[in-house]
Amino acid sequence: MKITVNAQDHEVASTTLAAVLLELEITKPAIATALNSVFVPREERPATTLSEGDRIEILAPMQGG
Amino acid sequence: MQIYDTEINSRLLVGTAQYPSPAVLVDAINSCRCEIVTVSLRRENADGSGTGFWDTLRQTGTRILPNTAGCHSVQEAVTTAQMARELFRTNWIKLEVIGHADNLQPDVFGLVEAARILCAQGFQVFPYTTDDLVVGEKLLEAGCEVLMPWGAPIGSGQGLRNPDALRGMRAHFPNVPLIVDAGIGRPSDACQAMELGMDAVLLNTAIAKAGDPAAMAQAMAQAVDAGRAGYLADPMERRNMAIPSTPILGMAELA
Repeated sequence: MKITVNAQDHEVASTTLAAVLLELEITKPAIATALNSVFVPREERPATTLSEGDRIEILAPMQGG
Repeated sequence: MQIYDTEINSRLLVGTAQYPSPAVLVDAINSCRCEIVTVSLRRENADGSGTGFWDTLRQTGTRILPNTAGCHSVQEAVTTAQMARELFRTNWIKLEVIGHADNLQPDVFGLVEAARILCAQGFQVFPYTTDDLVVGEKLLEAGCEVLMPWGAPIGSGQGLRNPDALRGMRAHFPNVPLIVDAGIGRPSDACQAMELGMDAVLLNTAIAKAGDPAAMAQAMAQAVDAGRAGYLADPMERRNMAIPSTPILGMAELA
């Protein structure tokens, strides 16, 4: 399945958001996720199924003003 | 100073971006003894640098005010706020909905809409706004309990472009915490904001881009304290003409 993660194209085998994070080896706890511009809470990642062409954003703490 | 349900002692809020190094940032935070720092969210890097920054910042013991910097739409800002709440474990959000790419002016229409949505979801919203009184009223109606008018465009260091408007905000919203956000360049700018009766100032670039950020942080803190003390001391009215301060009575005739 082709999806986009942080604007990068990926071909993944996983079908849930939680599984994709593992597949892409994104294991750091200090991240937050959104699917197609909608926030997905941490506890909902395992039950969030993905579809072809989905856009995932994975954000982390960063310096800001 | 109370903001929402939190008592704050330091009236200087500091941004965490653009410092030469994390160590310099920590020195600046310690130097000005600020209690609140702003942070952002960006795409996770493969090197995990975001996690490293977060670990460094947590060691300072400061309270985190996440922002929605760079968001140009209500949807972006709301989603970013929701992600920030989970990540930083706080209901606080510095709400930015940017309306103009050149001067980073707030889109006040989107700002009010996003504030209404987020307040209804239990966020404690710190809206980055203009000095427009009507917009301020709308933000309060939306549920905001603090207003953050700009002094000048973000990162410009121009100082207060419109002190009269800020004075007007103070008069119009006597019981609402007002924090000047953006545009402060020098300690005198911060002092002026506080003399006008603002409750606090939030700045970033003025410290981060100073030759000695830690020294500038300390100078800013002193300026904020001096300005606040001056405001509370009730400054004299300006006069158009000179009035001698030394008594005329008893003057000798020596001409």
